[in-house]
Amino acid sequence: MDFSFSEEQTLLRNTVQSFLQDKYDFDTRRKIVASDEGFRRDYWQQFAELGLLAAPFSEEMGGLGGGAIDTMIIMEEFGRHLVVEPFLETVVLAGGFLREGGSPAQQEELIPGIIGGEDIWTFAYAEPQGRYNLADLKTTAKKDGDGFVLNGYKCVVLAAPWADKLVVTARTSGGQRDRDGVTVFIVDKGADGVSTRDYPTVDGRRASEITFENVKLGADAVIGEVDKGLPLVEKVTDQAIAALSAEAIGGMKELNEATVEYCKTRKQFGVPIGKFQVLQHRMVDMFMAYEQSVSMTYMVNLKVEEEEAERKKAASGAKVQIGKAGRFVGQQAVQLHGGMGMTDELSVGHYFKRLTMIDTQFGNVDHHLKRYSSAA
Amino acid sequence: MDMSFSPEEIAFRDEVRAFIADNYPQELRDLKTRGDMTKEQILMWHRILYKKGWIAPHWPVEYGGTGWSITQRYIWNEECARAETTPLLPFGLSMVGPVIYTFGNEEQKKRFLPGILSGDDWWCQGYSEPGAGSDLASLRTKAVREGDHYIINGSKTWTTLAQHADWMFCLAKTDPDAKAQDAISFFLIDMKTPGITVRPIITMDGGHEVNEVFLEDVKVPAENLIGEENKGWTYAKFLLGNERSGIAGVARSKKAIERLKNIAKAELVDGEPLLDQEEFSTKISEVEIDLTALEFTELRTLAAESKGQGPGPESSILKIKGTEIQQRITELTLEAVGHYGFVYAPHGHERTGNEYVPGPEYAAGQSQNYFNMRKTAIYGGSNEIQHNIIAKMVLGL
Ligand SMILES: Cc1cc2nc3c(=O)[nH]c(=O)nc-3n(C[C@H](O)[C@H](O)[C@H](O)COP(=O)(O)OP(=O)(O)OC[C@H]3O[C@@H](n4cnc5c(N)ncnc54)[C@H](O)[C@@H]3O)c2cc1C
Repeated sequence: MDFSFSEEQTLLRNTVQSFLQDKYDFDTRRKIVASDEGFRRDYWQQFAELGLLAAPFSEEMGGLGGGAIDTMIIMEEFGRHLVVEPFLETVVLAGGFLREGGSPAQQEELIPGIIGGEDIWTFAYAEPQGRYNLADLKTTAKKDGDGFVLNGYKCVVLAAPWADKLVVTARTSGGQRDRDGVTVFIVDKGADGVSTRDYPTVDGRRASEITFENVKLGADAVIGEVDKGLPLVEKVTDQAIAALSAEAIGGMKELNEATVEYCKTRKQFGVPIGKFQVLQHRMVDMFMAYEQSVSMTYMVNLKVEEEEAERKKAASGAKVQIGKAGRFVGQQAVQLHGGMGMTDELSVGHYFKRLTMIDTQFGNVDHHLKRYSSAA
Repeated sequence: MDMSFSPEEIAFRDEVRAFIADNYPQELRDLKTRGDMTKEQILMWHRILYKKGWIAPHWPVEYGGTGWSITQRYIWNEECARAETTPLLPFGLSMVGPVIYTFGNEEQKKRFLPGILSGDDWWCQGYSEPGAGSDLASLRTKAVREGDHYIINGSKTWTTLAQHADWMFCLAKTDPDAKAQDAISFFLIDMKTPGITVRPIITMDGGHEVNEVFLEDVKVPAENLIGEENKGWTYAKFLLGNERSGIAGVARSKKAIERLKNIAKAELVDGEPLLDQEEFSTKISEVEIDLTALEFTELRTLAAESKGQGPGPESSILKIKGTEIQQRITELTLEAVGHYGFVYAPHGHERTGNEYVPGPEYAAGQSQNYFNMRKTAIYGGSNEIQHNIIAKMVLGL
């Protein structure tokens, strides 16, 4: 039993930390979010140069062979700085699909573009009627000669305005919510018939609504097996949940530190407000919520490669924990900062908003409680 | 003990309902949030009620009140919430108005009450300062008497809607040596007076609701002092009691639950309405039950008040529970809209006309509303401070 990090992992953390300390302070982040493009392409290149985009890929695929734990380290540090660049979408999600389900030819062709920072990807899966059910799809891909024709609509596709390529789920057979009949496709965002409408999100990112109208796809656009895509989708989204958990603990850590610091310095009634026992206990509860979330984050990242039932429980369990803890820590951090916590000026509200939205990503507490129960 | 309406009360309800239906402007029905409203729109309903004579049901008749019974006032609030009329601004009608008719002199009543009633004067609340929030008595804004004027220096913060205000009621220290509670005076300040600067504070939901107000050698005529010099703390606390009960918002929360249920009916989980999911409907029931309890607590308070008791420290219960319920409803509403909670809906002041806000209409701005409503546990005396009040004043701890 050993929960310590290897030398390489510590080095990785230091690399990410020193980059972000230098280049991703809160003011810079504010400017990035307000800029026309909404993210920094030059930073993305630097992530590539630092090897971050290669970290989780195996050495055979041209990566550094770090796996889930390296991803966890990167995401935790990103969470501490509220990084908006699409690491989760490109490396964890699209990279995950290619790693777990891609053919050798697809891996050879597409992974270098991710590692090198040339291609940005995202995962278009959500549909308005489907909520968090990954199989509830109205988007269809009909057989057409060797290939397929894609039609449908995907909502709130995060990072899509920045993306060159999309991983898209579509129904190739069966009824709207059948587990069978789901297929995963690679779609060029620039392909004929793909149209997007972009907008900002409340947590400082960008998203698109995407319409597919008779988009022609070759047989080589399929990742994994036709009609048998759902297990792959579940596996990769569970990996994304493991990564999101890490981002969440990064955010909670910052909020807790900021809150304790604020309560030590802010004076009312002639004493630092941290002297009031009710606030002390509140901060202890916030601290415990964070520690429990760290534990669940380690747990899920260690178990994300296990067999299906075990993995599902791990991912859903972690998602429930970070959903609840993120809400509590976020709300209380705002509350203990008083009026200051409500401002756009302080970072507190921005962490709170991000933690709130993390609960929505890939299913909220209720969704994962149910999923956990049915996996158990 | 009796809960039922008499035939007269039912007739009153019908009258009120018909009046709202006939007179609430279409222009306002089409708007969603106050964040989107112009100053004139915020005042539109106020002016209509003023004309009708219904603008201040809680005021004594001699100053412009309606003379309605507690039950009638309850019916009135219910009907307004039911029709989702724009909430009236509390700063004049519920805060400074009662201070003026209770503690002001005849001259002040004549001068200020008509403008509050008509809506011609927009008031803002100059209590909080950067260093004085929960510990309001530690405020540092200073007023020094010079002949027939006071010269006021200092800064106020979190001043809601000061950007539109004509007048500010303001606490300032008039005795540098006395203990805080015996050193504060209550002033009415014309916002056009030279030396006043208002700067916006943007909140995390993107809205411009609050401001900083800087006062630099602001000359305020001595006749704008309410009551006696150094007795302002008494008036300030009287006002806070009224502010607290006003925050409970029971009728509005009922409407918000109804809206939440409609959203949960439209949202689907595996093809079934979210409202039919036990885990979600249970959460709605929980908050509804909390609200029922609060409604009866409020009615008990009102009934006691009509017999001349209170509003005492019990108003802190209304404030704590009312805001917890409001926050819970916005949280569940955000949960209900699912993915579309991500969408940022630009505020009025940010609009260029080209914004794209996807998703069902009911989803727009729900996450921002949830973020914004975190304020309710902070303002009006934070919920921690309300707990302290109950512990001390009610439980005697
Ligand atoms: C949106 C908004 C609108 C507002 N509008 C107005 C307005 O129009 N006019 C106006 O004058 N003010 C207004 N306020 C200010 C509001 O009244 C103050 O924010 C509030 O009194 C808290 O003060 P503070 O922000 O300085 O927080 P602090 O007093 O610094 O409190 C920080 C934290 O410490 C806690 N705390 C403080 N003392 C104690 C204690 N003794 N025991 C336990 N916990 C304690 C608080 O509960 C809070 O959680 C507004 C605030 C907001 C957020």
